Amino acid sequence: MYPIVEKKILSNNVKLLKIQAPLVAKKALPGQFIILRIDEKGERIPLTIADSNPKKGTVTIIFLEVGKTTKQLGTLNVGDFLQNFAGPLGMPSDVKKYGTVVCVGGGVGIAPLYPIVKALKEAGNHVISILGAKTKDLLLLEKEIQDFSDEFYITTDDGSKGHKGFVSDVLQQIINKQRIDMVMAIGPIIMMKVVSSLTKQYNIKTLVSLNPIMVDGTGMCGGCRVSIDGKTRFACVDGPEFDGHMVDYDNLMLRNRRFVHAEEEACKLAGV
Amino acid sequence: MSVRKTKHEMPEQEPKERIKNFKEVPYGYSKEIAVEEAKRCLQCKNKPCMKGCPVEIDIPGFINCIAEGDFEKAAEVIKAKNNLPAISGRVCPYESQCEGECTLKKIGEPVGIGRLERFIADYEREKGKKPPQKPASTGKKVAVVGAGPAGLTCAGDLARMGHAVTVFEALHDPGGVLMYGIPEFRLPKAIVKSEVGYVKSLGVDIHYDVVVGKTITVLELMEEFDAVFIGTGAGLPNWLKIPGENLDGVYSANEFLTRVNMMKAYRFPEYDTPVKIGKIVVTFGAGNVAMDCARTALRLGAEKSYILYRRTEAEMPARTEEIEHAKQEGVIFKLLTAPIRFIGDEKGILKEVEYLKMTLGEPDESGRRRPVPIPGSEEKLAIDTALVAIGQSPNPLIPQTMKNLKIGKHGNIITDDEGRTSIPGVFAGGDIATGAATVILAMGAGKRAARAIDADLKNR
Repeated sequence: MYPIVEKKILSNNVKLLKIQAPLVAKKALPGQFIILRIDEKGERIPLTIADSNPKKGTVTIIFLEVGKTTKQLGTLNVGDFLQNFAGPLGMPSDVKKYGTVVCVGGGVGIAPLYPIVKALKEAGNHVISILGAKTKDLLLLEKEIQDFSDEFYITTDDGSKGHKGFVSDVLQQIINKQRIDMVMAIGPIIMMKVVSSLTKQYNIKTLVSLNPIMVDGTGMCGGCRVSIDGKTRFACVDGPEFDGHMVDYDNLMLRNRRFVHAEEEACKLAGV
Repeated sequence: MSVRKTKHEMPEQEPKERIKNFKEVPYGYSKEIAVEEAKRCLQCKNKPCMKGCPVEIDIPGFINCIAEGDFEKAAEVIKAKNNLPAISGRVCPYESQCEGECTLKKIGEPVGIGRLERFIADYEREKGKKPPQKPASTGKKVAVVGAGPAGLTCAGDLARMGHAVTVFEALHDPGGVLMYGIPEFRLPKAIVKSEVGYVKSLGVDIHYDVVVGKTITVLELMEEFDAVFIGTGAGLPNWLKIPGENLDGVYSANEFLTRVNMMKAYRFPEYDTPVKIGKIVVTFGAGNVAMDCARTALRLGAEKSYILYRRTEAEMPARTEEIEHAKQEGVIFKLLTAPIRFIGDEKGILKEVEYLKMTLGEPDESGRRRPVPIPGSEEKLAIDTALVAIGQSPNPLIPQTMKNLKIGKHGNIITDDEGRTSIPGVFAGGDIATGAATVILAMGAGKRAARAIDADLKNR
């Protein structure tokens, strides 16, 4: 059992939990994720590690309440326990000195971007961060990410904060005026697709972190398989980070809709 | 005195009824029938049946106890060698092992050794199992990676030798394939948990959610433990490698069975994990896993459940009993067919499979006749769900994270007969060493490794 030691409500439906999980905290690296199960009847869901503290033995997760399990997770409080919390899983982010890197985070994808921004900055890069969300209420970790960024931009679809429009607009402006060595993009699949097709025109190396449906998270089922440059790869062990220019985003979107009806049914029955 | 030529039947659920539930198919022997079946045993002096048993059970010994009505003694005889008899008594391929060597085969059917093992295990479980007396501690610590049949057997045997054993399991339940792979109707999960409970009662400690290679490495385990046994199995699904395999509707057998068995998706929405199947389900492959998939699909409400296999029934690797059960339940076998592509609709959802008809040619290196495509024989079948059950490869997680470990060309860990790897103090056994095989072979490998580990620790 894994106790919840801290809880923060970041926005209406985005919550942060700090979990006591010393073995995971000791090994966690930016870009990796965990699989958790709330209770005996629960499903296994993957969540990216947003932060970890090896000394205190804690791991931070940030999640958007989208379905039954994340909504149930959002009702838990300090002192409650998770039944299972396995990790760290996946390959760590490819952190090294690239030169100038642009980190693009969309919606709840900002959370997993945070440890990567931090690590890229510590590796000596010139870090430019662009955070985007539908409205300003859905932005996360602004101050934390800004602290590790040399340049910092915000975009909102409705213009409630920063640039009105999409992260790709700001990225285009940056590309127009300076040389970029690498782009790291995490967010909704459609955002990663748009960012990748933009950077491909300029031949800028682009990494994305994919979020397919997972079950075990250890490479034994292939539920999370994605098509990378025409080859089948398992996001849980080969990823979740891949070359953004090689990903078949349409197939990923299709496969992520596999259980939409079941999810709706589960929410309805649970009254959430 | 004449000996009955056939095994006593084991009563089972009617096919029409059982495809509506996940309850176990056979009910098992009653006491009376078990005694009668035990009396068929000729008590051969040379015990040929034992040569076929990978875990070395004294088969005539325990059967003699049953014939005399001493079921507790029978349990002791089995438990002296096998900590998980309720499992092996259900899933062993007896026909090619102990029963395959039985002298009675010369005049008819062999003794129902598997059924008798199962009877004793169930009898004992209902009565409440008592663990044997704990031996004196040796002060040595052994780490076992993976709580599948190999790991549990190795752990149980080591504990009985007096070593302190800790098992590290990546998933949230013990049993490995016994829990996620083999369906409830063949091996009830309550029985798996009970058998694991017995292993724990021997003093074995099991830690869940520990993915060795990620959460902790084997090298780190070696700092804390005197020896490490790797029993991480063959959990990497093989694919058909044909176009359309990533369409919505195509599952690996592992994903499908894990959702249904371990996550209990057949009880959705009481349990949170969903599974989606359509009206027409096609399973590719003809091993035990394929039979499990095809039979599970029927229980989830599929109107038609097909098995597509590129050879004929004679070459099917599944146990005879599983093939028979699948037929009785209405699984349709389309033999001598090989899929060439999956076809989706405009949204990318699976709607058809195209396949070629085959004919059998000369035997290949496996000794089975090689399937040869018939040119121009393409046909299509409308389907909703495809389950790919064409085998698994050794799980690469640990081999990838250990540079000095010698690995075979199929990704298996190379060991000697007793499970020693290329690294002193590190042992391996079961599917990770042999490639996908059977539960009982994994248990046998765990047993031999436990003996070798014990010998090595005593010599240090």
